[in-house]
Amino acid sequence: MSLYAMDRARLGELYEALGALGRVYLPTRKNGASAFLPYGEEGSEADLSLLLCDKSPKDLFFPQSEELVKFRLTGAEIALQEAARQKEPFVLFGVKACDLQAIEVLDRVFLAEPVDSFYQSRREHATVVALACARPAESCFCTAFGIDPTSPQGPCDAVAWLTESALYLRPCTEKGETIVSCFAGFAPADEKEVAAQQAAARAVLGRLPYGQLDLSRFGEASDELALFDHPAWEELSAHCLGCGSCTFSCPTCQCYDIRDYDTGKGVLRFRCWDSCMYKDFTMMAHGTPRKTQKERFRQRFLHKLVYYPKNNGGLFSCVGCGRCVKKCPANLHMIRVAKALGGEPRAQ
Amino acid sequence: MRELTNAICARAKELLQSGAAGRVLGWAPGEFFYDPTPGVFSEGRLNELVYDGFTAANLSKYCIAESQKEGKVLVLLKPCDSYSLAQLVKEHRVKRENIYALGIPCEGKLDMRKARAKGVEGALSFREEDGQVVFETLYGEVRLAREELLLERCLCCRGREYAGVDETLEYALPELPKRDRFQKVAALEEQTAQERYAFWRGELSKCIRCNACRNVCPACSCVQCVFDNPQSGVAAKANSTEFEESLFHIIRAWHVAGRCTDCGECSRVCPQSIPLHLLNRKFIKDVNELYGEYQAGADPAARPPLVNYTPEDPEPSAVLERGRA
Amino acid sequence: MPNDPLIPMIGVVTDVRRDTPDVKTFRVNALTGGKNFAHMPGQCAMLSIPGVGEAMFSITSSPTNTEYLEFSIKKCGCLTDWLHRLEAGAQLTIRGPYGNGFPVEGALLGQDLLFIAGGIGLAPLRSVINYVLDKRERYGKVDIVYGARSADDLVDLEEIRASWAHAPGVDVHLTIDRAQEGWEGNVGFVPNYVRELGFAPTATALVCGPPIMIKFVLGALAELGFARTQVYTTMELRMKCGVGKCGRCNIGSKYVCKDGPVFRMDQLDELPDEY
Repeated sequence: MSLYAMDRARLGELYEALGALGRVYLPTRKNGASAFLPYGEEGSEADLSLLLCDKSPKDLFFPQSEELVKFRLTGAEIALQEAARQKEPFVLFGVKACDLQAIEVLDRVFLAEPVDSFYQSRREHATVVALACARPAESCFCTAFGIDPTSPQGPCDAVAWLTESALYLRPCTEKGETIVSCFAGFAPADEKEVAAQQAAARAVLGRLPYGQLDLSRFGEASDELALFDHPAWEELSAHCLGCGSCTFSCPTCQCYDIRDYDTGKGVLRFRCWDSCMYKDFTMMAHGTPRKTQKERFRQRFLHKLVYYPKNNGGLFSCVGCGRCVKKCPANLHMIRVAKALGGEPRAQ
Repeated sequence: MRELTNAICARAKELLQSGAAGRVLGWAPGEFFYDPTPGVFSEGRLNELVYDGFTAANLSKYCIAESQKEGKVLVLLKPCDSYSLAQLVKEHRVKRENIYALGIPCEGKLDMRKARAKGVEGALSFREEDGQVVFETLYGEVRLAREELLLERCLCCRGREYAGVDETLEYALPELPKRDRFQKVAALEEQTAQERYAFWRGELSKCIRCNACRNVCPACSCVQCVFDNPQSGVAAKANSTEFEESLFHIIRAWHVAGRCTDCGECSRVCPQSIPLHLLNRKFIKDVNELYGEYQAGADPAARPPLVNYTPEDPEPSAVLERGRA
Repeated sequence: MPNDPLIPMIGVVTDVRRDTPDVKTFRVNALTGGKNFAHMPGQCAMLSIPGVGEAMFSITSSPTNTEYLEFSIKKCGCLTDWLHRLEAGAQLTIRGPYGNGFPVEGALLGQDLLFIAGGIGLAPLRSVINYVLDKRERYGKVDIVYGARSADDLVDLEEIRASWAHAPGVDVHLTIDRAQEGWEGNVGFVPNYVRELGFAPTATALVCGPPIMIKFVLGALAELGFARTQVYTTMELRMKCGVGKCGRCNIGSKYVCKDGPVFRMDQLDELPDEY
C-alpha cells in the first residue's frame, strides 16, 4: 500500500487526532520507567524514540490482572455475572517488530479454539501501528528469529518509520487507512528516506553480537528429550532466584493463574499473570511436578525454544527483544541459555 | 581491575589448596560485559572468575543454599555485602562453619541502566581510564565520568570496613563518594502527606509483582514467604486491589526493618526502577533517630533495637508527634 | 452456554454418596435439570466452590447415563475438603468437558479390555467400564482388577458387586493390601495380582491409580508381554484453565488438559519425564 509522511514536529497533533479512533497508547516514560500508556496522562512523556519499553505491550491484550466473573452467594444458591469484554476501540502506536511478533505468538494461544473471549475482544478493538527500529541495541537478537526490525511484519494495521524530520506510515489494513484519514498532516511520500534509514539500520544489525545466535538445535524438529536431559541445565539454573522478572517482562510469556477474591459482598474470580518460575505454579495436593528451580527454569526456556515451536509450525516463542538480558537479577537470560545448549554464535 | 582479579584468584587458589574451602562462590562472565552471574568455581576454573565494575551482585543470599551443601565454600564479599552475611549468620540462616568469607575491596559498581539513560546505546565493551568509563558501542565511543554511573548504593558508600569476614584482601583503590544516604528520605519527610503519598503511588504502581526484590534480598530469607501462602488471601503475583502492590512493599519493608543492611540489591534488580531502598532507609533513619545509630550486621553481639527493650525507648506517643509533622 | 471457556455454569448437587471414609460421589445436575453437558469416558470437568477454588475432576459417570453427571472425589486438599461438606441441594460451578477421553469409539472397539485401578484411580475408569457394559457387543472380554488399601477403601463396591460382577463376559478381580476380617477376596498389591492373574497380552490395558502403582503395574504388564502401545493411562496435573492456555499442565509439547489426560504409554515415552 501507499506510503505517507508527516512532519515529526506535529506528532502531538497526530496523537490528538488519533483520539478520534479511541484511546491512544504510546511508548511513554513515566516515573523513571517506560510502558505503553494512554497519551496525555499527567507526569508522562510519550516518546517514539524509545527503543523498547520496559513493559511490553502484552498487558493491553492480556492484562496482569483482570476480572472474569463475579459470584453472589445466597444460601446454597450461586448467581454469576460475567465481566464485561472490551467494547471501546483503542490505538496501540509504536510497537516494535519483536513485540509485534510477540502478539502473533499470543494470538496463537488465546485465539486458538476454544477462543479466549477476553483477549479476543481487546484484539478486535485495537488498531495496532508498528514502528521500525532505527538504532538497535546490543541486547537485540530478533534477527536470529527471522524478524526484520526495519520492516515490521505481523498482526498490525500500519507500519511506521520515524526519521530525523518525519514520521512515515504505510497502512496495511482498512483500519490502518483510517489513521491517515483522521489526520490532515499526512501526505503521500516516496520511499527514499525510509530506505536510507533501513539500510543504515541493517548495517548495524549485521554487527549485533547475537544477531545470528545459533538456534539450529531448537525448534520444530529438535530433539526434545536430548535437550531436556542436557547436562548444562544444572549449572545454568544454579543461581536462578526463582523470581518472575523474566516472565513478567517477557512479551510472549502467557501463563496465567485463576484466583478467587472475597470482596465481602461476593466472590470475584480474576485471572492474573503467573510464572512457571514460581514454586507454587504446579503445586497440588496430589503431588507436585517440577519441584526444583532447575526444572522450573528448564521449563521456561524449553517452552520457548522447543515446546511452543513444535505446536506452532516452528514459530519460536522468544522474539529476541532482549528484555530478559536487561532485567534478570542474576543475568540468566535467553542468550546465555541458547548458547549453552546450542553452541557458539555463528561466525560473523 | 585485572590486577585485583588476579590477586583475588591467587588468594582463592591458596585457600583452596590449603583446604580452607573446597570451592569458590564468585562471579562468572556473562554473554556481554555487563551481565556476570553468580558462579561456583573449582580450583581448575578459577581463571574464569570475573571481578570488575559490573560484578554488583551481593553473594550473601546465595550463601543460604551454598552453606547447606557439603564442604566449605569460599565466598567473595565486598565490604557492604559482608554485613548481609553477618546478619544472616546472626539469624542462623547460614551454616557459618561451611563458609569461608574473604573480604575483597570494592571501588563501587556501575549501573548499566544509568549508562543507557545517559545515551550509551548498543554497548559492546567497556574499559576504565582515570575515573572515566569508556564504552565501545555500535554507534561509536562514549566516555562518561565513573561517578555518574555508580549504583545508587555506591554513591553513599559505607566505607572499607567489613563485618564478620575470615580475612580481607588488601588492595589500594580510590575512595568513593560518601553522599548522605538519607538525603532523599529527609526530602520526602519534608513533603506533605499528600505529596508523599503521590510520590509512592507513582513509584509503587509501576510494580509488576515479579518478586525480584524479595528473592534477591538477603534479609528475605523465609523458607516460605507470607505472600506465597495460598491461604493468605493475597496472590504473590498480581494485585487483587489497586493498592495491593503498595501493601506488598510496605509489608516487606516492615518485615526487614532493623535487619536490612542497606545493601541496595532491591533497587538494583527492580525491572521497573522503583527506588525501593528508600523505604528501607526510612526505617533505618528512624531507628537511628529513635534508638541510636544502628547498623544491621555490624555487631553480632548487639541486641537489635527493634527486638530489645530499654527504659530509654521512645514512648509510643512518638508516633503521634511524628505523624503530625 | 457461557461465552467463554473460563466462565462456568451452575451445577446442583442432587445426591451425595459416601463411598469410603475419604471418598464421596457427587451427582450433579444443571439448574434446569438434566446434564450440564455431554462428555466421553475419561474426560474431565472443572468444579468449583466460589471463594474456595476450582479444580479438575474426572467425570465418573458414563456418557450413557443421560440424567446426571457423577464425580467421585477423594478428600485430599482445601477444595475437596469443602466439596465433602456439600449436601444435596447445594450449588457449585462446573465447566467442561475437557480432554481427549479414552478411545472407546476408536482403538478400543472390538478389543479385550483389561482395566487396572487402585484406590480413587477407579474414578475415571468407572466411566469407561459402564460405557463398555452398556454397549457390551462392541467390545471383547472385560477384566477388571481393582485394589485398595482395605475393603473400606474400595470405591463403588456396591455397584461392582451388584452390577459389574454379573455382567456378561466380565471378570472382576478385587484385592486389598492387607488381610482384614470378613474379606474373602485376594490380598496383595495390584501389580503382583496382575502378574498372578497372568492376562494374555492380546488385551488393551487401561490403568489408573497412584503413580507408584502405575509404575509397578507397567512392569508387570511388560513381563506379561504387553507392548507400550497396548496400555493407556490417564494423568492428573494441576490445572487452571482446562483448555491448554494457562501453561500449568504443560509437559513437553503436550498439555494434559487438552492433549490428555488419556495417553498411550508409547506417547508418554516421547515426553520429558515430568509428571
